[in-house]
Amino acid sequence: MKVADFETVEVRTDLLIVGGGMAACGAAVEAAYWAKKHNLTVTLVDKAAVDRSGAVAMGLSAINQYVGLKDGENTLEDYVRYVKNDLMGITREDLVANIARHVDSSVHLFEKWGLPIWTDEEGKYVHEGRWQLMINGESYKVVVAEAAKNAIGLDNIYERIFIVGPLMEGNRCAGAIGFSVRENKFYVFKAKATLVAMGGAVHVFKPRSSGEGLGRAWYPPWNSGSSAYFTIQAGAEMTCQEVRFIPVRFKDAYGPVGAWFLLFKSRRRTHSVRTTWRPAGLSWRTGSLMERSNRFRPTSAIT
Amino acid sequence: MPSYVNPEKCDGCKALDKTACQHICPNDLMVLNADIMKAYKRDPAMCWECYNCVKICPTQAVEVRGYADFVPLGASVTCMRSTDAIMWTLKFRNGTLKRFKFPIRTTPEGTAVPNGGWEVSNDDLNGPALFTEPASLGLSEVAKL
Ligand SMILES: Cc1cc2nc3c(=O)[nH]c(=O)nc-3n(C[C@H](O)[C@H](O)[C@H](O)COP(=O)(O)OP(=O)(O)OC[C@H]3O[C@@H](n4cnc5c(N)ncnc54)[C@H](O)[C@@H]3O)c2cc1C
Ligand code: SF4
Ligand code: SF4
Repeated sequence: MKVADFETVEVRTDLLIVGGGMAACGAAVEAAYWAKKHNLTVTLVDKAAVDRSGAVAMGLSAINQYVGLKDGENTLEDYVRYVKNDLMGITREDLVANIARHVDSSVHLFEKWGLPIWTDEEGKYVHEGRWQLMINGESYKVVVAEAAKNAIGLDNIYERIFIVGPLMEGNRCAGAIGFSVRENKFYVFKAKATLVAMGGAVHVFKPRSSGEGLGRAWYPPWNSGSSAYFTIQAGAEMTCQEVRFIPVRFKDAYGPVGAWFLLFKSRRRTHSVRTTWRPAGLSWRTGSLMERSNRFRPTSAIT
Repeated sequence: MPSYVNPEKCDGCKALDKTACQHICPNDLMVLNADIMKAYKRDPAMCWECYNCVKICPTQAVEVRGYADFVPLGASVTCMRSTDAIMWTLKFRNGTLKRFKFPIRTTPEGTAVPNGGWEVSNDDLNGPALFTEPASLGLSEVAKL
């Protein structure tokens, strides 16, 4: 058998962002601003194509966290209390508060970038539940990836490179190593700082579904625990690992996604935690969302 | 509803510089058989049905079907995605046809400006504000607990 001839490509950068999903694209946008001020480079690497990578590859129908600080809809305290209650008290309040105080500005940026967020006659966001906004999010990831591309430039984005672990210099993470899934190339990324956002872990437990249902998990099969592996290897502090989310699959629905929860008016339970995360865009309180008047409904339903 | 390539429609993207479905699949499942210039999905069990291959295929060769184990066959779903909208066509088994059109973005393709157009003058890397904040928050300062 002929052994493939692998070339080793070395990439040097100041900030390496590992992963190209929602978190990574957001980090790229933010980092690009500071990097420009200080003459630094930002590099992003993803195993897929950033236009459609990660858990938002297919698009989403709702934004599940909007605090509404500017209109006084809720306070930071309200949000922390809600999360704490939802997770039976097992939460890092500092982290929750920190995300909550910045999430509204991210949502406002998404809207400016081109994400269609539903608004009512007065121009206010349409809510489905206290923290949810309705969107026409088929191209959610495309729009967010576009901002990241425009921020750091296509030359600094490496696609189709599978990262296998951190590059360590003693106890310091000095970058990442991986390989191309298209060419016979190993990649060594050397960086002053490394930020990891490769999503969560699916298929930790064997799904009970069989036949056609196998592999149809709620969480994307391509988020296979790389973040956890990488950060544990690099010696990062792990936190908030107590909570597992195990969505059920039954006919026509996988966990929180799908219209049928609405009809059943059901609530999901995980092993340890009761979650009130609703199916994206649907509410068991109000019934059909299509009854509501707003700007971004289907523009035509032709029968 | 799993996706599959209809080999009669697939032309292997021969007119493009890369195979569209292979380029886009987040799980890298689409493969081009260069001998016959037809694509196929290498592992249906690992497909998430995200439909990105369906939406990107220039010849609409990637189709979707119901689950063989409990959905009666004969219905179909197809879509057409343009730069600002997507249209889904549902064909029921009794022949009924329904179409739904949704907007997908409000700005022209390629024009997402990273700072969202806000005045940005943030100089304090160690402060709590992200670079577009507090303007993008609509507040005078970043909220504190
Ligand atoms: C079905 C579903 C519905 C959802 N609905 C909603 C909703 O309606 N509203 C809402 O607000 N949230 C929703 N969410 C949650 C939201 O999608 C996630 O919280 C968000 O995408 C997480 O972003 P992330 O950047 O952490 O991970 P992701 O966006 O998943 O990104 C992970 C990235 O890492 C890359 N990667 C993985 N492994 C490697 C590797 N080894 N090497 C290189 N790259 C790698 C992947 O290609 C991907 O680009 C939903 C999630 C799912 C699964
Ligand atoms: S539906 Fe999504 S996961 Fe499945 S083959 Fe197509 S692009 Fe890949
Ligand atoms: S995108 Fe369509 S035409 Fe191109 S290779 Fe894939 S299935 Fe064939």
